[in-house]
Amino acid sequence: MRRAWDSDLGWSFRHAPVAVVSLVVVTILVLAAVLAPLIAPHDPFDPATLNLMNGFSKPMEPNAFTGEVFWLGTDDQGRDVFSTILFGLRISLFVGFMAVAFAMLLGITLGLLAGYLGGWVDTIIMRVADVQLTFPAILVAMLIFGIAKGITPPEYRNEMAIWVLIFAIGLSDWVQFARVVRGATMVEKNRDYVAAARLIGRTPGAIMMRHILPNVLSPVLVIATISLALAIIAEATLSFLGIGAPPTQPSLGTLIRIGQGFLFSGEWWILLFPAVTLLALALSVNLLGDWLRDALNPRLR
Amino acid sequence: MLAYILRRVFQSALVLLVVGLVAFSMFRFVGDPVDNMLGQERTQADIERLRDTLGLDDPFPVQYWNFLGNAVQGNFGVSYRQGRPVSEILIERAPATLELAAVSGVLALTFGIGLGVFTAIRRDGFAANAIMTLSLVGVSLPTFLIGILLIYLFSVELGWLPSFGRGEVVQFGGWSTGFLTESGLKALILPSITLGLYQMTLIMRLVRSEMLEVLRTDYIRFARARGLSERAVNFRHALKNTMVPVITVTGLQLGSIIAFAIITETVFQWPGVGLLFINAIQFVDIPVMAAYLMLISVMFVGINLIVDLLYVMIDPRLRGDPAKGH
Repeated sequence: MRRAWDSDLGWSFRHAPVAVVSLVVVTILVLAAVLAPLIAPHDPFDPATLNLMNGFSKPMEPNAFTGEVFWLGTDDQGRDVFSTILFGLRISLFVGFMAVAFAMLLGITLGLLAGYLGGWVDTIIMRVADVQLTFPAILVAMLIFGIAKGITPPEYRNEMAIWVLIFAIGLSDWVQFARVVRGATMVEKNRDYVAAARLIGRTPGAIMMRHILPNVLSPVLVIATISLALAIIAEATLSFLGIGAPPTQPSLGTLIRIGQGFLFSGEWWILLFPAVTLLALALSVNLLGDWLRDALNPRLR
Repeated sequence: MLAYILRRVFQSALVLLVVGLVAFSMFRFVGDPVDNMLGQERTQADIERLRDTLGLDDPFPVQYWNFLGNAVQGNFGVSYRQGRPVSEILIERAPATLELAAVSGVLALTFGIGLGVFTAIRRDGFAANAIMTLSLVGVSLPTFLIGILLIYLFSVELGWLPSFGRGEVVQFGGWSTGFLTESGLKALILPSITLGLYQMTLIMRLVRSEMLEVLRTDYIRFARARGLSERAVNFRHALKNTMVPVITVTGLQLGSIIAFAIITETVFQWPGVGLLFINAIQFVDIPVMAAYLMLISVMFVGINLIVDLLYVMIDPRLRGDPAKGH
């Protein structure tokens, strides 16, 4: 901890107010998501605690029938909007983190293989990457989601939706990681320490994992942060379009989709608060990624 | 140069073949096509006949070849959900998407270049800085939130513009246009702004940074020294030289406009191809998904190819043949 604080990165962090604020926002949101079952005033998924009479309560005003007060109001079924946001945040963040982890795993593995082995392995992997890059990531994710949905039997579709979503977004985003890792690997593999490792008879697998990988990780970190913001927005977009998280497990995108239906009848709070939460999350992760990119870029020091 | 062109064309064809294979596998292996196309009341004879018509008993490569042949002729099979030929549905829906994309593209280019030049010339001015900051927020806002925001402002609060649909359309043969009626034009405003905003900020930032580069070069200083007016320097000399990257990016963004139209069309319930695709995913309507995939790939690969070839023609350095360069 002490060491992290005193390092170059720590110094640059303390002198970037935007990054500090972003990190605070992200930390609060992540904590809120993790602790959702403990801090949410209501359990939005337990029908027993719902009271239809509470439906459409305005924020901070006592309900006309029951007199209960909800900070951010309730939706048509009397669900507390604040609680649904906490649980929605949980799903959005879970999908975001898992999708990026999956993309990283795939991208780093393929990038290392392509960069270290070269030859036809490299050609095939990078060709596939090129083809995929021709299409926008969100379109690729939609297609993968559609195909995966077609393959899963209808009775499992709702349960599997979250995992299908993670798979689709992760698979649409591995190319960035693979490209960067491949490039860095091609530089690193000609260094003396790799030659030395080869001379003492380490296997290619060990060289890639134990020697090259730690040296190519810093650009991966930057891409991962920016990818996280993109993955969160991609998840929200897919769920908003109705091809992501199901209404039984609503993410922020699903909540915005539900809220849009009430826009015309004047219940603005069902839409506004999930939207603001999503924006705060995406924007602060983005800003954090921007700062990290500049801080780790030696040319800008 | 010819070798380069041939190689690029060959690569593009290969990509399309692979996409075709993906589309075909979707049709063939995601669910049972026979199951999907025949209702509950079917006889063994029906199944046999359909298997025969679809050629499901042929070897895989033959089936794939037939599938490609059909696709090239515009025959993408029958939609599971609507029971009509996919090509018919696509042709019916295409004008809505194309009109929307065209208006957004024009908006993005006009305002993108205009604001880009403005922010570059007045780089320290208050207005220019405000525009740059706003553009950052615009990039971080997901498209669907921009759409909802516009609907809330202009449809719900002010009641000026419609929030969904295309308004009244006029039929010209097979083409339905919204350009000729007042309600059609009004309906276009919000969706095209939503769709064009992201591309606009992209073009604006690109033009700005390119302009800043160019304005620093010697020939611009020389043009000023010759006593040319500010306008002539900025527009005739500087802007012209920023156009090559702008054309490339715009070309490549053309495909993105069509792809992002999916989101805009869903927000505004715009009856275009994108909405069709989203509905196809929701109801696992494989033939529609496969057809959309192939159409959009042809478009993307085509655009990429054209941009690459244009590049070679515009920039003599890329030709790799000094004898032909000037």
